[in-house]
Amino acid sequence: MQSTITWPILSVLIWLPIAGGVAMLALGDKNIALGRWIALITTAVTFGISTLLWTEFDTTTAAMQFVEERNWILLFNSYYALGVDGIAMPLVVLTAFITPLVVISAWTVIEKRPAQYYAAFLILEGLMIGVFSALDALLFYVLWEAMLIPMFIIIGIWGGPRRVYATIKFFLYTFLGSVFMLVSLIYMYLQTCDAGQCSYAIADFQRLPLGLNEQLFIFVAFLAAFAVKVPMWPVHTWLPDAHVEAPTGGSVILAAIMLKMGGYGFLRFSLPITPDASDTLDWLVISLSLIAVVYIGFVALVQQDMKKLIAYSSIAHMGFVTLGSFLTFELMSVNGDTRGAAMGIDGAMVQMISHGLISGAMFFCVGVLYDRVHSREINSYGGVVNTMPIFAAFMVLFAMANSGLPATSGFVGEFLVLIASFRADFWYAFLAGMTLILGAAYTLWLVKRVVFGPIANHHVAELQDVNGRELLILGVLAIAVLALGLWPAPLLDVMRPTVENLVQQITVSKL
Amino acid sequence: MEAVVTNFGMQAAAAEIFLLTAVCVILLVDVFLKDEQRWITYALSLLTLVGAAFVTVHFAVDTRVIAFEGMFIADPMGDVLKLFSYGTVAVSLLYSREYLERNGLFRGEYFVLALVALLGVMVMVSAGNLLTVYLGVELLSLSLYAMVAFDRDSGIAAESAMKYFVLGAIASGTLLYGFSILYGVTGTLQLDELAVAVREVGPGNIGLIFGLAFVIVGIAFKFGAVPFHMWVPDVYHGAPTPVTLFIGAAPKIASFVLAIRVLAEGLDAMVASWQSMLIAISVLSMIIGNVVAIAQTNLKRMLAYSTISHVGFILLGILAGTNDGYRASMFYTLTYVITSVGSFGMILLLSRQGFEGDQLEDFKGLHRKSPWFAAVMMMLMFSTAGVPPFVGFWAKLAVLGAVVDVGLVWLAAVAVLLSVVAAFYYLRIIKLMYFDEPTDAVDIQAGGTLRAVLSANGVAVLALGIFPSLLLDLCARVLP
Repeated sequence: MQSTITWPILSVLIWLPIAGGVAMLALGDKNIALGRWIALITTAVTFGISTLLWTEFDTTTAAMQFVEERNWILLFNSYYALGVDGIAMPLVVLTAFITPLVVISAWTVIEKRPAQYYAAFLILEGLMIGVFSALDALLFYVLWEAMLIPMFIIIGIWGGPRRVYATIKFFLYTFLGSVFMLVSLIYMYLQTCDAGQCSYAIADFQRLPLGLNEQLFIFVAFLAAFAVKVPMWPVHTWLPDAHVEAPTGGSVILAAIMLKMGGYGFLRFSLPITPDASDTLDWLVISLSLIAVVYIGFVALVQQDMKKLIAYSSIAHMGFVTLGSFLTFELMSVNGDTRGAAMGIDGAMVQMISHGLISGAMFFCVGVLYDRVHSREINSYGGVVNTMPIFAAFMVLFAMANSGLPATSGFVGEFLVLIASFRADFWYAFLAGMTLILGAAYTLWLVKRVVFGPIANHHVAELQDVNGRELLILGVLAIAVLALGLWPAPLLDVMRPTVENLVQQITVSKL
Repeated sequence: MEAVVTNFGMQAAAAEIFLLTAVCVILLVDVFLKDEQRWITYALSLLTLVGAAFVTVHFAVDTRVIAFEGMFIADPMGDVLKLFSYGTVAVSLLYSREYLERNGLFRGEYFVLALVALLGVMVMVSAGNLLTVYLGVELLSLSLYAMVAFDRDSGIAAESAMKYFVLGAIASGTLLYGFSILYGVTGTLQLDELAVAVREVGPGNIGLIFGLAFVIVGIAFKFGAVPFHMWVPDVYHGAPTPVTLFIGAAPKIASFVLAIRVLAEGLDAMVASWQSMLIAISVLSMIIGNVVAIAQTNLKRMLAYSTISHVGFILLGILAGTNDGYRASMFYTLTYVITSVGSFGMILLLSRQGFEGDQLEDFKGLHRKSPWFAAVMMMLMFSTAGVPPFVGFWAKLAVLGAVVDVGLVWLAAVAVLLSVVAAFYYLRIIKLMYFDEPTDAVDIQAGGTLRAVLSANGVAVLALGIFPSLLLDLCARVLP
């Protein structure tokens, strides 16, 4: 099946929201009634266009699709090159899916400088789609860093009381992680020059022969960038702060999409560019992932703040993503098990998409409560089901999904990764399986304390159930979570050729 | 590159001759003007810059031309740097007018001094002989000393001018002493002959290395690199803001070209020696500049320390000792000048009668008063911090590439680590502007010209960040 789209669809997906954002800035707060609609229409159209990616996607090939290439910086042989494969495309669609919901959620809630709030999210959307579709490492890096700016502003202006601390910590942490990636990108660029043809193309980096020592250095540099983003224990400490202080929309984007960039980075850069170093150091990543799953699970259990609890649960769930990605090498070295390896990566991918939906939904739920009571403390709630029955139903659904209940998307990813880890080593599976208990414990205990029981105080007694906007957001997310949980095949089909190709690529040593 | 020797060098130096003539005319005209007619001097100065740009473009050279028996070089790099210098001087005059008028500094001498300083920069840019280099250095430095002290009633300005003068004189002496030793060993002051002679004598010659050390001290001082940076914060802080702006712009181009002409062209065979010296200076500059900047409460002082750290980055490109490195360094210098001019322009934008606007606190809540100029300042700060998509990122990328290329990966790692430290204090300004509430309700009072030029400056930082090729290709063309 050949794609019928001849126009630069990825460029449109990147620049349309950015143009919308700039228009919002120019429009200002005075015309915000119009501005809201501009923001909504822009993001909705972006999502509409992004669905074309899915329908027109050729599921028989691992090659990049919808490719565009233009000269950008000739001196560095760097191109404005875009394209998506089975790994990037679902993430692009996820980004385009979540952003309109963020716009809707802010409709009446954000009163302070609303035009800039929408503008920041629109620009951020364009940049994030760009990160997932960049084929040129320099373009990738530029967008990867540029993305920090709107998020820095979002947390800093619309955040909670400790927003300044949180946002500067967020910026510096991620900046520190990524600068080393920049040095290793430069290093590889110069290696391609030595090989004859200077290039920043990621595909050329993947083909570049590198010695083990070089690979180890590059791997560690990548690890610094992606581990901070995922985030992996022990460089996760920025996340709870950023999540707690960020406004609802900021938390949603952070959890649903920004964290995925770390996982995406591992799959796009670390594994294929430095396969031997990944093989050598996979014990490190696997241990850190298991620590994240188990230890952070316990940490989540004792949180008093709803957002913090979900933030820690995000870290634990993202542990599955890194675990699934790096199990490959264990599986290969045990018995050349390519099916298991592909299953691990499949699981990691499904987990990313599913976590994007579920954690986004959980943060929306907290946002709904916060907008009414202005407290994130679990103690401030109790018996919400009595006053907000519809909301309670959604919250319970998402909580179940978060703890990996079958028939929800949360189950599929975790299950795939667990099976893959069983094939590798019983103890990996045992430790990773702890999440089924821990995840259920902290999420359901949260639900028990917030949703069920007698009405705790007069704030809860005065609660109004969800309005139409909120119902729309939660409803759409609930459908997505259930659909992906009941029938994940379309997603797996889209990814299959790319994942198989990736497994093939990383099992061939570069040495 | 083929060297074309023309004995009659008037064409090669046409821009310098034009500028000098124009300065004399302006000086004469100014004598006959009343105070309220002073704008004529201002307009004439700007016209002179336009004229000089025209002359430079008209007599632009495609290849290296040597004139005046080798004293003077005209080359494409020189032409580009000169054009940039005109631009930065013009922009700094446009930014400064209101401040100068308000503070009684709007006098003819100011413009004449600025133009003579520019002439010094141009002479350095085109120097083919160590004596010409020195001539340019002194022409520039003496004008700057006078400009720093221009506000006669300000004690702090007088103090910083004195400091600048005494330390600058010592540095000039050191430079000259170094030159004399080089002359003693090689028997020539001519840069191209020097390059040959150094190879004959051998780059390991102890006398040469001794002379080189003094030359490096002189260059480091003019750049304001650690450990010869003591004058930078005091002068930046003490001088009237327009003068600080001026010092941060064209003279940086001059320092860059000083290093290129003397080290890269005259002493290129000794690269191993000056590379290790510059590594030390560069790392120290980045460390001291970035760490001390965090403690500042005055924006001019903070930018002074930030300048010191940027000098460290400029030196990174030079110390690579490759053409890629020089090109990267030139790109960095031009980029730095564009952003630096804008940052000081922001201080001038905020200043008003009896209010300097140079404290960090003064930027509090700027976003409330003027969203656009807060955005401009944000772009400038992110650019200086080296965050894409602003042009400062490409400058960092270029010098890091040059350093990694010669195998100094550790140096690149140190540099990026320190740029993270630097990000902190730039972020703090953005925090003040965006996350804090204003402490007063006074609006920005600056006039239309300042606003327009500053806006263009901010847009340029973004536009060059998205299309860095515009500037990169230019640097690549003149430094192939």
